Amino acid sequence: MSIIENTSISFVLNNIPQRLSVNPLSRFSDILRDHLGLTGTKVGCDAGDCGACTIQINGEQRYACLTATGQLEGCDVRTVEGLSTNGSISSLQKAFLEEGAAQCGICTPGMLMAAQSLLDKNPNPKKQQILDALGGVLCRCTGYTKIVQAVIKAGKGLSNKQIDNSISSVGTRMEKVDGIKKIKGKEIFGADVSPKNSLWLKAIRSPHFRAKFSHDDPDIILQRFPGIKKILTEKDITGNNGFGIYPDIKDQPVLAKGHVRYRGEAVVALVGEKETVESLNDEDLGLKWEPLEAIRGWDAALSGKFEPVQSEIPDNILAEGYLKKNDVKKGFEESFKTAEGHWITSAVEHGYIEPEAGYAEKVGQRLNIFVCTQTPYMDQAEIAQVLGINANQIRIIPSAVGGGFGGKLDLSLQPLIALAAWILDRPVRCIYSRPESLASTTKRHPVRAFAKAGCNSEGKLTAFEYHGDFNTGAYASWGPTVADRVPIHCTGPYFVPNVLSKTRALLTNESPSGAFRGFGTPQAAIAHEALMDILAEKMGMDPLDFRINNAIRKGDKTNTGQLLEYSVGQVECLESLKNSWIEWRKKSLLYNTKNRTLKQGVGCGCVWYGCGNTAMSNPSTMRVGINHNGKITLYNGAVDIGQGANTIMIQICAESLGLPATQFEFVMSDTDLTADAGKTSASRQTFVSGKAAQLAGENLRAQIIHLAEASENAFLRIEENKLIVKDDSGEHSLILSDILPKSNGDVLIGEGTFDPPTTPLDENRQGDPYATYGFGAQIALVEVDTLLGTTKVIKIAAAHDVGKAINPTQVEGQIQGGIAQGLGLALMEEYIQEYSENFHDYLMPTVGDMPDIDIILIEDHEPLGPYGAKGIGEHALIPTAPAIIGAIKDATGISIHHVPATPDRVLKALHDSKLYNV
Amino acid sequence: MSAYVRPDNLEEALEFLSEQPRILLSGGTDFFPARVGKPIKENVLDITGITSLRSIEMTSEYIKIGALTTWSDIVQSKLPPAFNGLKKAAITIGGIQTQNAATICGNICNASPAADSVPNLMALDARVKLQSLNESRILNLEDFLIGNRKTLRKPNELVSEILIPHPKESSYGNFEKLGARAYLVISIVMVGAVVELDKKQTVLNLKIAVGSCSPVAKRLKLLEKEAVGQKIKTIRIEPKHIDSLKPIDDIRATANYRAKIIPELLKRVIKGVVKL
Repeated sequence: MSIIENTSISFVLNNIPQRLSVNPLSRFSDILRDHLGLTGTKVGCDAGDCGACTIQINGEQRYACLTATGQLEGCDVRTVEGLSTNGSISSLQKAFLEEGAAQCGICTPGMLMAAQSLLDKNPNPKKQQILDALGGVLCRCTGYTKIVQAVIKAGKGLSNKQIDNSISSVGTRMEKVDGIKKIKGKEIFGADVSPKNSLWLKAIRSPHFRAKFSHDDPDIILQRFPGIKKILTEKDITGNNGFGIYPDIKDQPVLAKGHVRYRGEAVVALVGEKETVESLNDEDLGLKWEPLEAIRGWDAALSGKFEPVQSEIPDNILAEGYLKKNDVKKGFEESFKTAEGHWITSAVEHGYIEPEAGYAEKVGQRLNIFVCTQTPYMDQAEIAQVLGINANQIRIIPSAVGGGFGGKLDLSLQPLIALAAWILDRPVRCIYSRPESLASTTKRHPVRAFAKAGCNSEGKLTAFEYHGDFNTGAYASWGPTVADRVPIHCTGPYFVPNVLSKTRALLTNESPSGAFRGFGTPQAAIAHEALMDILAEKMGMDPLDFRINNAIRKGDKTNTGQLLEYSVGQVECLESLKNSWIEWRKKSLLYNTKNRTLKQGVGCGCVWYGCGNTAMSNPSTMRVGINHNGKITLYNGAVDIGQGANTIMIQICAESLGLPATQFEFVMSDTDLTADAGKTSASRQTFVSGKAAQLAGENLRAQIIHLAEASENAFLRIEENKLIVKDDSGEHSLILSDILPKSNGDVLIGEGTFDPPTTPLDENRQGDPYATYGFGAQIALVEVDTLLGTTKVIKIAAAHDVGKAINPTQVEGQIQGGIAQGLGLALMEEYIQEYSENFHDYLMPTVGDMPDIDIILIEDHEPLGPYGAKGIGEHALIPTAPAIIGAIKDATGISIHHVPATPDRVLKALHDSKLYNV
Repeated sequence: MSAYVRPDNLEEALEFLSEQPRILLSGGTDFFPARVGKPIKENVLDITGITSLRSIEMTSEYIKIGALTTWSDIVQSKLPPAFNGLKKAAITIGGIQTQNAATICGNICNASPAADSVPNLMALDARVKLQSLNESRILNLEDFLIGNRKTLRKPNELVSEILIPHPKESSYGNFEKLGARAYLVISIVMVGAVVELDKKQTVLNLKIAVGSCSPVAKRLKLLEKEAVGQKIKTIRIEPKHIDSLKPIDDIRATANYRAKIIPELLKRVIKGVVKL
């Protein structure tokens, strides 16, 4: 080992000559971000797997994270900051903005630079060339569709869309209010900023699935490594060394006490200079591991042969879910046909491109925590109990969140940086490496399920039974929620008179399984949709017709006995797909007569999903204020994780207030400045927080109307410090600067709170668990290469009942992105501990894996929602995998019972079926 | 002695190598991913300043591919049809970002069982030129690669060129790589081949190698021998042709799966050399 001396390196960066004296072996991404302050170039993996760091070197796209800075001598370099000239954005950036190509925005700089490299050479590229150019950048939010559209549009020079938001904003394709920052690389994510004198924190984590451990006395280690300022161990925790999302389950230690229960669990945390904290290894710390026999998988958890994962839970059954509606035994006895099967799904990684990152800073007797999170208010309470201080001593300031999908609902680095900053009274920052993020954070639950369904001689469902074991890993995370939510949804969106469902969340020595877009229902949907296909086949009915025949309708009672009165668009969703269904089926049959080994098929998946938390209060409060200058601010407590809450909350509030959405500014989820709008989860923000935003706007409007003594239907406008209210009697002016400001500086503040009405569930889980449900159906056309077992998804048509599309561009973006994740779940995503701890061994869909997607939006008005709207975030993903698995069956005759349907699993199923000579 | 050096000529580079062992760095696409989250403190010889090594040169004996030739250079160069497999491989490596940085020479020297260049270069009968300060030697690629991440390169040597004998006229290359997604793919199985055909599409000569199914990609010598004289359409793949391969289970696929699809990929590669 040697010391690498700084070297003088000269190059041109965004047309400006640079001369730096830096370590020539530094990744250029680090030099851009840490040395030059150009944080538009993002880092998602440091391994050339994600493409977020794509820049141009001599006009060619390159990964900055794989470029040694010394290699740039004499080069011409361009980053996202160099795309705009004289402050005006490029036509490519404009097209990204207009098409909604940026959701969370973390991949956007990389996408832009990859696309620009193509357009520089080929201003009007063909679609295939665009796919090739973008193939090296991963996006986890958009499903790539709008990105490709934006590049096509920029190439054709079509950019120039005008949207009139002056009269009405709900229902328009308003550009994202934070979009301009995202496409300029100016958005500030968790890793993009920290106070100058910040120390770095790095957690040392277990390489074993289960082990005892010991280490040297921290004081001795500190003497050996002057670059280390503090070694945090469990002894340093001033409050409770446990966290978890339930008030009564805080089972996951912040730092393990002598015993680790999964690979990736934190044991100590090093705080100090970056280089030193990164270079220390187990030996330096005197870390000694004694590996213990680990419980892996369902059978081991239930065998009773091993020491339980948590000693307080001897049978490893963390939670059980249950639902009983009428008499399933009788239902099956009366069935004309039944179908049943077993299904297994794998652990799935959220795959947000932004790894966990942030900093904590002590300010007096309070802590400011800047971090990527989906749940600032829960973080506040959780961190407070770990530190043993009051929640109001913690201020969470969420960064822009580079994707979440449920994975940023649990604490990750928050308690560590908080503790370090609290103890040391120095700002402390931390950025997870990709392997660390993969190893230590939650996954989608692997499920092993049995399901059975029956129908009568008319093809009407009679009974449904579901038993699912959910591998919830070493700690609770959201395991009980998943075990509870699945039984309610286990049948799919069908009316079934008799239902029995039992689920268990099992503890194992694996990654904690938590919340991931759908809370277990995507796994269950694979089973219920396969059963619909089998029953349809047994009845000789068309699978789509069978679903229409059984779809739940207004006036039906759900599995929990809840009467659905409004906004039940399931039948319309299915009907709207019928033409495509018939046409695709006809074409695929014809194709198959002409092709011996390539087989096409069409499948269908359906979804229903309750918006909001299950059978419990989950209110949101929103505030909107106007200051003495006429500045309107929405204090939006609903974290935007890319899905667009910042934009649609403004659209909704502007509509009810009666002032243009374009005049709004916003504050996002700063716990000191905004009110609690709950978690960004459970597809609840549009429905719950959106309603609160509507009520806040109405409340402010009522105050204005009252002050101006104007009529209800008056028009409002702001002219500098005047609020002008015009009605039939004329114009009334409110001089805003004359009104006494409130504590936050606003002169007028409107507030709205909405808590969706639900009822507790009884012992059979009967009751009204959700105030509304979203519905949907998707069909997929696939092609299977029966000699290789590979599956290509050619087309998907998706119909979703969203009540009202507040912003159709964003709703489409949710659906396209959900489809991409559903496709990954169906065909390639499988997290295997120890082996998938990077993004080249954990495979997620690339731009080339995406099918053409048709979207049909059904708007069956939800009276409780804001302007009729309800959620879409999770609904979008749930039907995709079942549709693809069904299409593989339609194409080949084989049933896939273990997802993902990787080429080896498909080929084995083809072989075992004896239908094919493989 | 500085831990990072970036000379601009080969002689200087070889001198640095003669002083002490150094990690060789060019495109960085294997170097950096192996060092995620760790500070880099090794002795590194960065060869990217030796611009003379970025070249594709035709001599009377060989087509010479310089050590800094990138995958994108291969895609953009006019090369005989025997190189079609290598070109096809080039566009499947990582993203274009990787193709713009990574060198095929580095791909060989990294010696991964899944190195995309190797089956193609084996089928092209490639040799590598190793140079040290006082010596230069040429080895067959097949001899140079001795195991997973193992080569015969000595610490004081670098591979300066890949040497490919001029392919016979009517030689066509082809490549098939099976992975589980469209881009950024690491192969489950791959096959590279060069077939020399007469006008009736009878095989005059076949060279074919399989990657990702053994520690080092393997030529299938028996198949090569038996294919000669057969019509391209009628070549049959039999178990004996592939019994030298030892596919393993890993996270990308099972050994059983690999074994099953090898014959199919071999067939596709051979039949796909010309548009029939």
